[in-house]
Amino acid sequence: MPLRVGTDLVLIETVRESIDAHAEHYLERVYTEREVADCRTSDGIDPERLAARFAAKEATLKVLRPREEGIPWNAIEVRRDPSGWVELALSGPAASLAADAGVTDLSLSISHEGQFATAVVIASCSQGMPQPVR
Amino acid sequence: MHDEIRQVISEHARLPVDVQTLSDDADLYEAGMTSHASVNVMLGLEDRFDIEFPDRMLKRSVFESIGSIAAALSELRTEAAV
Repeated sequence: MPLRVGTDLVLIETVRESIDAHAEHYLERVYTEREVADCRTSDGIDPERLAARFAAKEATLKVLRPREEGIPWNAIEVRRDPSGWVELALSGPAASLAADAGVTDLSLSISHEGQFATAVVIASCSQGMPQPVR
Repeated sequence: MHDEIRQVISEHARLPVDVQTLSDDADLYEAGMTSHASVNVMLGLEDRFDIEFPDRMLKRSVFESIGSIAAALSELRTEAAV
């Protein structure tokens, strides 16, 4: 089964600026309620965690490879397992595009350090599989 | 409309070049706009023009140039007027 991989890097400061400039408008348009809840701390919303989730969304788009399909960012959700791992959940246009392209088994890893947050997504893709040699 | 779009881009796109030096069809991503900055541009446009981009317009091609943004805004205004 062919694989697809996507990666992205986000400057955490830009997420902090977006929160300052757009507040709830930014959070509502980009993240799901679950993601925002996962990024809240006793000190408020954590831009490092949000930046890692944005990187995950962009990395996922690089795996889905949309052409003219509009994909809202909150149709790609990062879910945190209590053990600390993260998984992806697609909905709406993102789920439709994945189904049409035969993209399955998405796996995600995210990290942040210093000024940057990053994400890597790997998935199986049945589209474009080579035909068996007879 | 184009001047207002340039103003929003100037405020939110974090371009390393002066937006006034870019033509209407210049590729904003090639000019240095990141994916995350494009979100800020979208939010800035929504605030400035009191509109909301529908899901079908949330794609790279809509935000890749001043001209493509103007076309999308015109389409939304036309739909709102019907």
